[in-house]
Amino acid sequence: MTEDQTTDKTAEPASAAAPKSFLDVRDLRIHFPTDDGLVKSVDGLSFQLERGRTLGIVGESGSGKSVTSLGLLGLHNRRNARVSGEIWLDGQEVVGSSPEQVRRLRGRKMAMIFQDPLSSMHPLYTVGAQIIEAYRIHNDVSKEVARKHAIDMLGRVGIPQPDKRVDDYPHQFSGGMRQRAMIAMALSCDPELLIADEPTTALDVTVQAQILDLIRDLQDEFNSAVIMITHDLGVVAELSDDILVMYGGRCVEYGSAEDIFHRPEHPYTWGLLGSMPRLDRDRSERLIPIKGSPPSLINVPAGCAFSPRCAYSELNEGRSETERPELREVAPGHRVACHLGREDRRRIWNEEIRPKL
Amino acid sequence: MTTPDSEVVADQRPAGDGDALLEVRGLRKHFPVTRGALVKRQVGAVKAVDGVDFAVRPGETLGLVGESGCGKTTTGRMITRLLEPSDGQIVFEGQDITHVSQGRMRPLRRDLQMIFQDPYSSLNPRKTVGSIIGAPFRLQGIETENGVKRAVQDLLEVVGLNPEHYNRYPHEFSGGQRQRIGIARTLALRPKLIVADEPVSALDVSIQAQVVNLLEDLQEEFNLTYIVIAHDLSVVRHISDRVGVMYLGKLVEMSDATNLYDSPMHPYTVALLSAVPIPDPAKRKGRERVRLQGDVPSPLNPPPACRFHTRCWKAQEICGKVEPPLVEVVPGHRVACHFPENAPEGAGEKVTKAAEQADLA
Repeated sequence: MTEDQTTDKTAEPASAAAPKSFLDVRDLRIHFPTDDGLVKSVDGLSFQLERGRTLGIVGESGSGKSVTSLGLLGLHNRRNARVSGEIWLDGQEVVGSSPEQVRRLRGRKMAMIFQDPLSSMHPLYTVGAQIIEAYRIHNDVSKEVARKHAIDMLGRVGIPQPDKRVDDYPHQFSGGMRQRAMIAMALSCDPELLIADEPTTALDVTVQAQILDLIRDLQDEFNSAVIMITHDLGVVAELSDDILVMYGGRCVEYGSAEDIFHRPEHPYTWGLLGSMPRLDRDRSERLIPIKGSPPSLINVPAGCAFSPRCAYSELNEGRSETERPELREVAPGHRVACHLGREDRRRIWNEEIRPKL
Repeated sequence: MTTPDSEVVADQRPAGDGDALLEVRGLRKHFPVTRGALVKRQVGAVKAVDGVDFAVRPGETLGLVGESGCGKTTTGRMITRLLEPSDGQIVFEGQDITHVSQGRMRPLRRDLQMIFQDPYSSLNPRKTVGSIIGAPFRLQGIETENGVKRAVQDLLEVVGLNPEHYNRYPHEFSGGQRQRIGIARTLALRPKLIVADEPVSALDVSIQAQVVNLLEDLQEEFNLTYIVIAHDLSVVRHISDRVGVMYLGKLVEMSDATNLYDSPMHPYTVALLSAVPIPDPAKRKGRERVRLQGDVPSPLNPPPACRFHTRCWKAQEICGKVEPPLVEVVPGHRVACHFPENAPEGAGEKVTKAAEQADLA
C-alpha cells in the first residue's frame, strides 16, 4: 500500500517546490491499521527547522511524538504503516524515497539518539565495533582510520580512556556512559539533523545535566539541527529554541520557548504547566492536574481531541465537540489550535492560570 | 474489623508514646557477591545500605531522594521487611521488627504497607480488580460489615475509580488508573505507615499530578504517614515535610523540606539541586550549575571515609580519611560533611569533632 503512495509522490516532486527550510515537514500522517481500527498516531503534522536550531516536541505517552521521529528517519515498518505527507530534508523528499535512498540519508544526514541505550546497542559487539560499522558504511575508509575516528568520538563525548574503552561491550558501561557512546555513534558521521527521543529519561539528574550540556556543546560545534522529544518540560526549557506541543497525534500549540512558557494559549499547555511541581517557585499547596487521561489514538474524540479533558470547552457553544480547531497563527511564530477566542485565552491565562503556577 | 490475631499483637505493643512511629538505627544491607559453582565463596559485598538512621513521626511525610544505586529502594524494602536487614534495627511503634519472622510479621502488615513503582508489574494480570483489592481482607481474615465486595467498592470510590470496575482486569486500565488500584489495595487495611517507592515516576505528567493530589488527600483523610522514595526532586519537595538525601548507601543530609531546598548544606545536595532542569527558558542563561564529573562509584567498593569526596569540589585531605557522621548543625537540619555549604560558622568543625569522638568511642 505504501508502494502506490510512493509512486504518487515521486511523480510530483517538482510541484511541491523546493522548501527554504533545512527540514520541512508538511502534513505528515502516520496511520497503523489494526484489528481494532485505524490508529492515527500522527495526523497532519507540519513544522520547519533550521540548522543550528533546536525544536522540542512535548507530549504525553501516546501523543505520537516518538512515531513522528521514527517517521522522519523512515524507521517505521513499511508493511503496516501508512505514511503520507512530505518530509523535506535539505531539499530531498524522504517519504517518497526508496528504502535504499533513506538508508543512505540515515546516519549521514540524520541520526537518532534512542531512549534506552542498553536495548538499542548490540550486546554481542563492542562499543567500538558498532561505531566503526556506522562510520564505514558512509565513509570509504580503512578499519584503522575508522577505529581512530571511533576513539576520537568517544573522547569527544567525555568517555575517560577512550582508547581502552573502545573495546568494551555495552554492558561494561554505566547508563550515562552508554548514552554517551550512543551519542558518539549518532554523531560519528556529522549528521545535520539529530533526533533525540527521550535521551535522558532513563538517567539520573546529575547525569542528565551532563548529557544535556553535551548535546548543547556538540550542537554548537557541528551546527546541526536538533529535535528533542521528551515529556519533561524542564528538559525542553533548557535546550529548545522552539517548542511543539502534541496531543492526540496533532500539534496543539507551536511557538518559541518564551511563548510556550510565558504566554501559552492552549488549555493543554496550561494543564501541563500546572501539573508540574517546580523547584524555581515557592512550594504550591496543590498541583492543578488535567482531569481524565490521554485519549486512545483509535478513538480520538470528535472535534477538539482535548475537549473531554478541557475545563473551558463549554465556552465554545458546542464547537469543541463537533469541529476540529485548526492550527492558527496568533502572533508571529506562535500557532495555537483552540476554539477559544484570543481575548478569552489571554484573560484565562493571565487571571486564572498564571497566578496559580 | 478485629480478629483474634490482631488482639494478640495489640497486647504486645506498648502504648504509643507518640514520639516516632518508625525508627531506623544503623540499618545496613550488604548483598554478598559469590564466586564458584559448587563451593560458593563470598568475594565481596554490595553495600547497598550502609548505616542509615532516621525516625518518622506520625502524620508526616518523609521523602528519600538520591540517584539510582544510592540504596533508597533497599531501605524502603527493609522497612516493609521485604528484605532482611544485615545489621541495625527497625523499630515500629516501639516494637523491634528487624528480624521478626514472616508469621509474626503478618499481623503487622496491616499497619505497614507499600505502594510499588510499576503499576504494570505490581498487579496480577489474571485477577480481577475486585480480587486484587480484596486480597488483603482475605489474607488477614478480616470480616467487613457489608462483605468484602462492598468494602472494595468503597475503596475504589475513595481512590477516584468507578465502583463498577470491580469485575474488570488490570489490562483494561491506563497506567494512572492502575496506580490508583495499587493505592486502593494498599489502603484496604487502613495502614498507619505507607512506604511509597517511586509512586508516580511511571506516569505521565498530567496523571502524576492527579496521583500526587490523591496521596495528599488520603493522608489528610486517613491520617497516614508516608515514606516517599523518589528520584524526582521537585515531586519530593512538593509532597514531603522532611527530606533525606542518600548517596551510596548513606544518608548525607536530612532536614525539613523548605530548609533543604532553600539552603542545602551537603555539596552533593547542592549538585543534585542545581542539576534539575528548570522549566523556564528565561532562567537558562546566567544559571550557575555545579557539574559533577563522572559516575557514582560502585557500591561494591565505595570510596573510604566520606563517600562523596571523589567527586566533591570542596574535598580536602580529611575527607578521604575521616568519615563525617550525620550531625545536627542547625536545629532540625542534619548533615554529614566536613565543609558544609550554607551553614553557620563552625558547622564543619562540629561534624569533624563528632567524627573524632565517634572514633575514640
